[in-house]
Order: sequence, then C-alpha cells, then structure tokens
Amino acid sequence: MTILKNRLFWPAAILLALLIVNVFTSNQFITLQDGHLFGTLIDILRGSAPLILVSLGMTLVISTGGIDLSVGSVMAISGAVACLLIKDLGNQNAVGSVLLIMAVAIAVSAALGLWNGSLVAIVGIQPIIATLILMVAGRGLAQLITAGQIINVQSSPYATIATGFFLTLPVAFLIALAAIGLIAVLTRRTALGLLLESVGGSPSASRLAGIQAKRITVMVYVVSGALAGLAGLIYSANIKSADSIYAGNLIELDAILAVVIGGTALIGGRFSILGTVLGAVLIQTLQVTVVGIGVPSKATLLFKAVVVVVLCLSQSVTFREKVFGRFKSRPAVRAEVPA
Amino acid sequence: MRVKMMAAALTGLLAVSALAGCGDKGDDTGSGGGGDGKLVLGFSQVGAESGWRTANTKSIQDAATAAGYELKFSDAQGKQEKQIEAIRSFITQKVDVIAFSPVVTSGWDAVLKEAKDADIPVILTDRAVDSQDKTLYKTFLGSDFVKEGKEAGNWLVKQYEGKTDPVNVVELQGTVGAAPAIDRQKGFAEAIATNPNIKIVKSQSGNFTRAEGKTVMEGILQSTPKIDVLYAHNDDMGLGAIEAIEAAGKKPGTDIKIITVDAVKDGMTALSEGKINFIVECSPLLGPQLMDLAKKVKAGDTVDQRILTVETTFTQEQAKAALPDRKY
Repeated sequence: MTILKNRLFWPAAILLALLIVNVFTSNQFITLQDGHLFGTLIDILRGSAPLILVSLGMTLVISTGGIDLSVGSVMAISGAVACLLIKDLGNQNAVGSVLLIMAVAIAVSAALGLWNGSLVAIVGIQPIIATLILMVAGRGLAQLITAGQIINVQSSPYATIATGFFLTLPVAFLIALAAIGLIAVLTRRTALGLLLESVGGSPSASRLAGIQAKRITVMVYVVSGALAGLAGLIYSANIKSADSIYAGNLIELDAILAVVIGGTALIGGRFSILGTVLGAVLIQTLQVTVVGIGVPSKATLLFKAVVVVVLCLSQSVTFREKVFGRFKSRPAVRAEVPA
Repeated sequence: MRVKMMAAALTGLLAVSALAGCGDKGDDTGSGGGGDGKLVLGFSQVGAESGWRTANTKSIQDAATAAGYELKFSDAQGKQEKQIEAIRSFITQKVDVIAFSPVVTSGWDAVLKEAKDADIPVILTDRAVDSQDKTLYKTFLGSDFVKEGKEAGNWLVKQYEGKTDPVNVVELQGTVGAAPAIDRQKGFAEAIATNPNIKIVKSQSGNFTRAEGKTVMEGILQSTPKIDVLYAHNDDMGLGAIEAIEAAGKKPGTDIKIITVDAVKDGMTALSEGKINFIVECSPLLGPQLMDLAKKVKAGDTVDQRILTVETTFTQEQAKAALPDRKY
C-alpha cells in the first residue's frame, strides 16, 4: 500500500500505460537503425528535452514560491540570437564558433533571468507580474531580432544538439540528463536544496536565520533563464531555424503542469526534481500518443485535458478517499444516524 | 510597500506604453482627410504574426506609395477591439476608403454600419466577415482557400492518373478551426474524391508551425506503415515534416511526395531542391489590386462582391525560375 500512496505512483502508472499504447501503435517502438537507437521511445526522449530543461528551471523558481512566465519568450530570444549569429558565420560548420555562439545565447538568456530575479528580489514586484513583462516584451524582442522572419541556418554542429546521436542515444536527451544530474546533485547533495525550500517556506524567517534570501531568489531566476535559453537552442536546432513567433509558445503552462504533476507545491517550500522530469516526459508522451492513436485534431485538446484531469484526481488524497474509501466509511456514517 | 507598488506600476506602464508605441506609429502619419485631392486609404492590419503577414503589409504600403495615395496604416496586434477603434478613428478622420483584414469573423456589424452611415466604402482583405448584410462592405479581396485545396488535390489526381495502386496520403492540417485549415482540407478532399485509390490515411494538426509539423510527422511516420504523399496546409509544416522524413532515413520528394500551400521563399527553395513536389501559391501581394479597387469604389464604380487574389501554382521547374525574384 505504501507504493500506492507515493505521489509519483499515479503519474508513473499513466506514463507506463501511455508507453504501452505506443508499443502497439508504432511500427518501431525501439530499434537500432543507422548505428543509433530509433523509434517512438527515442522520439519521446528527444522531443521532451526542451520541456525537461524549462521545467527544471521552473521547479527551482516555484520552490522559492515564485513563478517564471517568461521562459517561452526567453527560448525564442535565445534561438533568434543563435541563428542570427550563426547565419553570419563564414563557415557555419565551424564547431568552435558555433559553441561560442551557443554560449553567448545562453549568457543572454541568463541575463534576462537576472532581470527577472532583480525585479522580484530587489524591486519586490510579484513574480507573476515581473515575469509577465518579459513574457510579453520578450517575444517582441525576439521578433525584432529576426525582423519578423524565420531565420534558416545550415550548420551541422548546431543541428547536432537536437538531432544528433552520441553512444546511440539522442544528444538532446543527454543534455537534458546532464542538466538533471547537475541540479539533482547541487540541490540534494549540498545545502542548496534546503536553502531553496527554506526561502520558499518563509523568506523573512530564512533571512533572520542568516540565509541570503534575496541572493537565492535572484539565482533561481538566472538558472531558469539559462535553462530556458538552452531549451530554446535545442528547439531551434531541431528545425534548423529561428521561429520567433512560435518558439516556446505556451511552454510555460506545460512546464508549470509538469512541475505540479511532479508533486512540487505551487506555494513553494517543497520540490521534487525526479517528479518534474516524470511530469515533463509524461506530457511529451501524451503528445506523441495523440498522433500515434490518431485522435482527430478537433478532439486532441479534449483528450489531453481528460488525461490531465484523471491524473490530477488520482493524485488528490481527498478524491481517492471519497471514491475508494466509500464502502469503508459507510458504516461509520450509519452509526451516527440513530443518535 | 508603497514604493514597491509604485515601482511595479511604473514598470508595467513603461512596458505597456512601449508596446502601444509600435502599433500606433502609423496612425499619425499625414494630416486630415484628403485636403490636397489625394485619395486617403485607412488600412487596419491584423498584426505581424508571420512572414506572410509582413510581406502583405509591405505590399500594401509599397502599392500605396506607387499609386500616390495617402495610406493611414494601423496595426491591430491581433485584437478586435483595437481594430474597431482604428476603424472608428478612420471614420472620424473622414478617410476616402477603409480597408481591413478582420482579426475574427464576427462582431463587425455595428462599426461597419457607422462607416456606411458616414458614406465611407469598406473593402475587406484576406479574411472575410460573417455579416448578414452584404451592403455593409463593397467587396472582399483575398485568396480562395477551398480553391487552393482543390488545386493541390487536382495535381495529385493527375500524378496518379490511370494507376490502380492505392495511394496513402497523410495530411498536416493548420490550426484547428482556422478558415484556411478548414477550407484547404475541404477543397483537397473534394478534388481527390474523383479517384477512389487516393485515400487520406492520417490527418493531424501541425498548427501551421515548423516545430509541430516535425513532431507530428515523426509520430505519423512511426504509426503509419506506408505513406506515399504528404499534403501540408502551409509551407512551414511541410518544411518541418521534411526534417522528420529525412531523420527517418527516407527521401522527401522521392519516397514521399510532398504538396504544400503558400509558396514562401523557404518553401520555394525546398521545391527547387526537389524536396517538395508541388506548391499552391497563397499570395500576400495584394497591394496593387487593393489600390485599384480603392480607386474604383471611391469613384462609385460597382465592383464584384468577391475578388480573388492573382495566384498561381509551382512545380519544381517553375520554382527554379521564380526563386530569384521571390521577395518573401
């Protein structure tokens, strides 16, 4: 029974169920082709990388009681900056220059995160408002960078981060895996995780206890910005172009959903890295499944909503007691009636 | 706390005024209504949501300059209330002709009535409105999306003329509920109905974007045993799908024939490289036609209620010839 009570049991069960559906709907669930793994499972892992990265940043921000709505716009800006610079390269396949450009794009994204963090921690604006500014203005900025056009690049090192394979595994997934590992070690093997939860629980109590609450708050927004920037690079490398209008559009909502599915409290003070990753992979699997089983386009959103509702209900203790505990509780109610 | 709130309010205001600044720029060019005998055209654009739209705006601006008309341009940024406001302001400024691309189809009767009462003729461009009273506007200039779908289907039927093997078609739809998506699907289905061998085996929405076109095509490639033809409702989804097809080890244009709609520069490039087989044009360059119509309705000439944009279709050879002059 204890495994049933684990918050992550139901999301994991639904993920497994969706994967089993995909085993039957796909020609190749997982095979070896052209020297690397190939198939629906690999598509899911590769496709979920941007959402995992964005959701990781979102988890840290939410654990301090904040929220970052600007991640989608940061993704668009990062992809736009990278593609604009790569396009001007004499040799688009120069690995060194492309790596440098990617570093620049991530640095720009981190700077945007610093802007968010400063508005929240130093100026004291509500996180939802502070990041809303960049969410709206940032997309405009991205469109300004690309002059409203889609910028195409023909750089194979750049495309590698999204579509390449290393040791038979997709590079994009390995990047996400590295980010997961790094953040898990930093938050669970050092005191950082405790400090985050403490700031999320009560910023003023943390400050009185000697924790640099403001510095921690600014830091999580910077990390969230940088991770969104990395996600933006993978997104744009995947289509070898910068689409400033649609890149990362509405991804903040998917990321928040992934975080919530993973069991992180929206009011802050508690977070789960593993849960978030599970949530992000679940959302991506759901999208792939919709195509796999051929849900009509008009019913796609409804189908997704039904799965999410079932998932959220299954995670609610009150709901589970009402439904599954009904038969047990009935005698108790009857005993009270005669009195 | 008060200081914090002030700061928040100020930042918000700055952001809002910065945004408003971009859109309103066009409103204050030129003065008053046609004092110097020039035709004054008030035009309200949907926004700048795609390269297609940017080309559309530029075409209208260039054509107005070329015709020597005064253009009052306003960007609605995808909001109907902004567009209604812009039309009202055109009416107060007493422009000669009002033209606009409606953001949505419904809710225009009141403001169009105001224009009619003020005796200002209205021309719709690119998108229609659902007003019952057809006298509220003079004409609707734009593409016929059903016809575009039919052209795509007709080409396909011709390719497989006289063959009896079944042809499996995959369709990447545009945004669910959008007029171009509904009509391009309808026209295509009508055209291929003439050949019972051609069947749509999968039809999914790729939301008109490259990234979704790619993701959806990946899924379709995994779940559909045999695909002969891909029909995408716009170039961008087709370009995304090409990436997915190549990643699956197949050759786009050869293993899977690809038909798209729009003919933007990137699509035409892929067509000339043989990765796409056929593109039906959906031209944003309706500026010259619009100026011509504006002149006619101003003079009181009768014009047709529905006027089609001048458009064509492209095969791979035609794309190679047309590509160097492609502006958008």
